[in-house]
Amino acid sequence: MIQEPFAIGSSHIHRLDPRLKILFATAYSFIVALSNRFPALFAALMLSLLLIGLARLNVWKAAKRMALVNGLILFFWLVIPLTFEGTALFHLGPLSVTREGVLLCARISLKSNAILLIFIALVSTMPITTLGHAMNRLGLPGKLIHLLLLTYRYVFVIDQEYQRLVRAAKIRGFRPETTINTYRTYAYLMGMLFVRASARAERVHHAMVCRGFDGRFYCLRDFSSTRTDWAWSAFMISIILGLVGLEWTRII
Amino acid sequence: MHISEGVLSGPVLVSGIVLAAAGTAIGLKNLDYDRIPQIGILSASFFVASLIHVPIGVSSVHLILNGFVGLILGWGAFPAILVALTLQAVLFQFGGITALGVNTVIMASPAVLCYFLFGRLIIKKPSVALPAAFAAGALSVFLAGILLGLALVFTEKDFFKVSTIVVMAHLPVMAVEGVITALCVGFLKRVQPSMLPGYLRS
Repeated sequence: MIQEPFAIGSSHIHRLDPRLKILFATAYSFIVALSNRFPALFAALMLSLLLIGLARLNVWKAAKRMALVNGLILFFWLVIPLTFEGTALFHLGPLSVTREGVLLCARISLKSNAILLIFIALVSTMPITTLGHAMNRLGLPGKLIHLLLLTYRYVFVIDQEYQRLVRAAKIRGFRPETTINTYRTYAYLMGMLFVRASARAERVHHAMVCRGFDGRFYCLRDFSSTRTDWAWSAFMISIILGLVGLEWTRII
Repeated sequence: MHISEGVLSGPVLVSGIVLAAAGTAIGLKNLDYDRIPQIGILSASFFVASLIHVPIGVSSVHLILNGFVGLILGWGAFPAILVALTLQAVLFQFGGITALGVNTVIMASPAVLCYFLFGRLIIKKPSVALPAAFAAGALSVFLAGILLGLALVFTEKDFFKVSTIVVMAHLPVMAVEGVITALCVGFLKRVQPSMLPGYLRS
């Protein structure tokens, strides 16, 4: 089932101006992605963890999400050190583990975790509707926001429809296997999903037109920045300057 | 099919963002406000369909369906895939912000290409349409794998072996996607052919 486990909360981070959170998360993510020095990357990971702590999220749930991503990173650890050119650290039979490969993997792991943690701390801590409205206020194209919000609205409906079709298939004794019959069942199931979705889209569109939909989607929500928001922006800007300093001035 | 955050270099990330923005702009420009409910609901169903795990041998793969998105939406695949990836990032934390552009390009540009190559064939008689749909499903996954590999190699030429492994790993997915896309198009041709592009014109 699709859920938004982090969206609701009462921490300071949850109450911040969503526009501020989106802007900061974007700037921070890009700086981390472009950094290469270990002091900056370690600092970034610590800062991301700090913000996760400040958002008072369910640590267990956040850890489960991170485990998934780190599974992929494990794949890099298995392949890159063995295939990378460079000075050998030690040998495993005919293969050699290179220093450059290990360093690269370490960088990727730090960056990836820092970026995803900040994303959970700042972006996943708002409902998607708020995200859409804030993105609209930040000047993203109205059509794109409209599409995002409608898609989000219908993901849950379509997911339920899918669950219903799967239940019906199971009751008829369907068991997924590697056979053409299984693939056909899935293909038809999806086809049915699209047919129903498209019929629903038509009904929704007619209903919208009946209610005076003129092609524009209005975001009525306005965001205002409070004094706390200004304090947080100062804090976030200093974080960014600090990271930039660590990466490009080589203090440490 | 995702590149995780923190892997790619700055130039690759930036070109991804520029290309994704261009594709999305074209997609949105071609999109009437009237069609947004339809695209939104279809992109929701693609989102759900991509959560389906299909067994293959001892393991299972989840469907990508970018070929199918392309066949049905054309340039609309760019905004639809961008939105689906954003939702995946927020709901499941499959990705963050920096690689969103690259990942959109990796999946959406093969989709658009398949639309131009095969879009007109799938409304023809089944003996032409089904192979074309198979090709669209398989080719779009293959090209997505190649683009993913290229993004890695442009970041670091020593990523070549990793890229090869990634492309190889997608070969079985290609076959499954091709079969499912063909069967799904066959189903739509019988049940609701008006969903296929160009049906009204023919």
